[in-house]
Amino acid sequence: MPPDKEVTLAAIRGGRELRARLTDMGLNEGVKLKVLHFHRKGPCIVLVGNTRLVLGYGMAQKIFVKEE
Amino acid sequence: MSKKLTIALSGNPNSGKTTVFNNLTGTHQHVGNYPGVTVEKKEGILKYMDYDINIVDLPGTYSLTAYSIDEIVARNFVIEEKPDVIIDIIDSTNLERNLYLATQFMELKIPLVLAFNMSDEAKKQELILNRDKFSELLGVPIVFTVATKNQGMDDLLDEAVKLFEGNTEIKRTNVDYGKEIEEELKKIEDIIVKDKNLIQKYSPHWLAVKLLENDNEVIKKMDESTYSSEILSQIKKSSHHLQGIFNDTPDAIIADRRYGFISGACSEALQRTCEVHSTISDKIDKVLVNRILGLPIFLVVMWLIFKFTFKLSEPLMGWIELGQEWLGNLFGGLLPEGSAIQSLIVDGIIGGVGSVLIFVPIIFLLFLVMAFLEDSGYMARTVFIMDKLMHKIGLHGRSFIPMILGFGCNLPAIMATRTIEDKKDRFVTILVNPFMSCGARLPVYTLFIGAFFSQKAAGNVLFSLYLLGIAVAIIMAKIFRKFLFRGQLAPFVMELPSYRLPTIKGLLIHMWERGGVYLKKAGTVIFIGCVLVWFLSNFPWNPQYSKDYNTLIEQTQDNEEMVMQLENEKAFEKMEKSYAGMIGKAISPVFKPLGFDDWKLSVGLLGGFIAKEIVVGTLGTLHFVGEADEESEGLRQSLQNQTRPDGSKFFNPLVAYALMVFVLLYIPCVASIAVIKRETNSWRWPIFAAFYTTAIAWLVAFFIYQGGKLLGFGI
Repeated sequence: MPPDKEVTLAAIRGGRELRARLTDMGLNEGVKLKVLHFHRKGPCIVLVGNTRLVLGYGMAQKIFVKEE
Repeated sequence: MSKKLTIALSGNPNSGKTTVFNNLTGTHQHVGNYPGVTVEKKEGILKYMDYDINIVDLPGTYSLTAYSIDEIVARNFVIEEKPDVIIDIIDSTNLERNLYLATQFMELKIPLVLAFNMSDEAKKQELILNRDKFSELLGVPIVFTVATKNQGMDDLLDEAVKLFEGNTEIKRTNVDYGKEIEEELKKIEDIIVKDKNLIQKYSPHWLAVKLLENDNEVIKKMDESTYSSEILSQIKKSSHHLQGIFNDTPDAIIADRRYGFISGACSEALQRTCEVHSTISDKIDKVLVNRILGLPIFLVVMWLIFKFTFKLSEPLMGWIELGQEWLGNLFGGLLPEGSAIQSLIVDGIIGGVGSVLIFVPIIFLLFLVMAFLEDSGYMARTVFIMDKLMHKIGLHGRSFIPMILGFGCNLPAIMATRTIEDKKDRFVTILVNPFMSCGARLPVYTLFIGAFFSQKAAGNVLFSLYLLGIAVAIIMAKIFRKFLFRGQLAPFVMELPSYRLPTIKGLLIHMWERGGVYLKKAGTVIFIGCVLVWFLSNFPWNPQYSKDYNTLIEQTQDNEEMVMQLENEKAFEKMEKSYAGMIGKAISPVFKPLGFDDWKLSVGLLGGFIAKEIVVGTLGTLHFVGEADEESEGLRQSLQNQTRPDGSKFFNPLVAYALMVFVLLYIPCVASIAVIKRETNSWRWPIFAAFYTTAIAWLVAFFIYQGGKLLGFGI
């Protein structure tokens, strides 16, 4: 994921529960987000709307984004 | 007579729900638990107009799915208890996500009021909200509030009362799921309405949506219905049908439609005049969660916290001890000398209360600092900083703070695990926490290291004990993950709040909430435990002494040294012949393979169950030195000179080390056990913790002692 650039969430590869949880927190497919901090292979912080979310270890690999 | 009204408060975490609750109820609050779970239930009452209003604070959630215990609790409360009105607190600067929860309340068909909170923040960010338009589109009354400034609270209550009395003109609306889904929902509803029992309790539309979403809890509920097989087969058909059309699961499409509904409303009723800027929080984060600087800064912060809490709690603990002594002397003087009632009140009850109070300064201070970390927003950052490292041992970043707190005291540490959402992660963190060497174990180390190790080695020996504790905790965490709490680490997503300067009032409330739990719940168990140990070590009250001490003491009145020695001897014999002494003698063979099969040590270890530092005091009594602390030279010499029946020295560095390792790892103190009981809500886990830690302690001490002997140490 490129840092500090607005991208669109394209897909979440994970179980139903993971998808549901992310959706509940505002990470639904098609939403625009920005990666603020990203530790290699570790967790990351993304900006969605006006919220900053921490995505735990391994989550970043399950979220696919596309650049506009 | 005044009328009764129940209002439930709900909302996303960080939406300001707690502040609204505090504004409305003030000091008339009551904290309890929802039945059967450790989720806190806060209630409060207030009088408004001619109503007695009972306000229930539901757990903060993002949704009402069945994936987390908080959500199930919130949902069940709404369905089972049927509050008269629900007030959903919405963060106005984050409408899209916050309204997602609101749409789910709308589906439940319950009287709903939305509080658009932080409306001042929204204004600052130049968001223009059209209230009437939103109200019309969403079909619910809306009130603008600023909870931090106590604005809009009366309007909120007005709307709730109006809604309750049916004096509102707003027409309810529904999320439109689209033709295909609505058709399937209709089919499912048609079967559901056949079951009169079911629709008495639930809205058929809500049931249909939840079933199509494949909600486990709701599907389970269908078992009770006589139409369950018909319902479930329709669900299967519908799911299959929809999957064919959309190429996605129904729950994903439903979620998508909800967001669609919300963004539709927002596009009509919300005007964004500017883009989101990089905030001050983002600038601070550039440093605090920096890839290179983040961790060292965090470690320094932790170090400062320990410095602060220990420096400040030390004198406070001293005062409590003084107070306890003063009270003891007072009652000691009032009551007949040497009687059982005197001992019960002075040593048993005052001593017991003292052991509860002695933890108060450190626990409250640690909670105060924790509250500061949490309210300021830094706590959430530490989760991010530590996540990768903690992941390697099978835990989350969230488990790190509780582990570190364990070095101070395991009680606040175990209570701090509440922030861990996933039950498995939380229980693993609780179960390995006692291996973090708490402050109470330090006196034991100090005593034995001082007696059996050179000044030069002392630091390393001490450090190695702490490291050993950490290593055992890591290994056990891995083992528990593998065998006891199997399964993948729950994926975790967490909202990162903006940095905020905490208010003193907020900090004190948080500190008091948690500290109070300790005082109320753990306090009783600790107290009972102390009285029990008092009983064991003081009874039988008048054992058959080998000498007539009282006469001997009278005869040697003028020789002070002699009297002292006789009194120490008497105390020794009393303890030897007490139930504790008997138990000590009975269990000491267990310690033979570990090298310290001495009944005095066994009694000391028994006392350590109350608090680890008691080991030192008990050994003092049993080594004829009377009152002793860890720096006591007399006790050290006595330990150094202690011999076995064959004349060889009892202790050597190896035996002392094995003993310290045992003290580090064995049974958590009674207070920790009480807190584990409280936090896991069952006796199963504290009992398990007591046994497994002791077993581990025995095994590790065994390997150290026997291994050391093989290698030729300590001979």
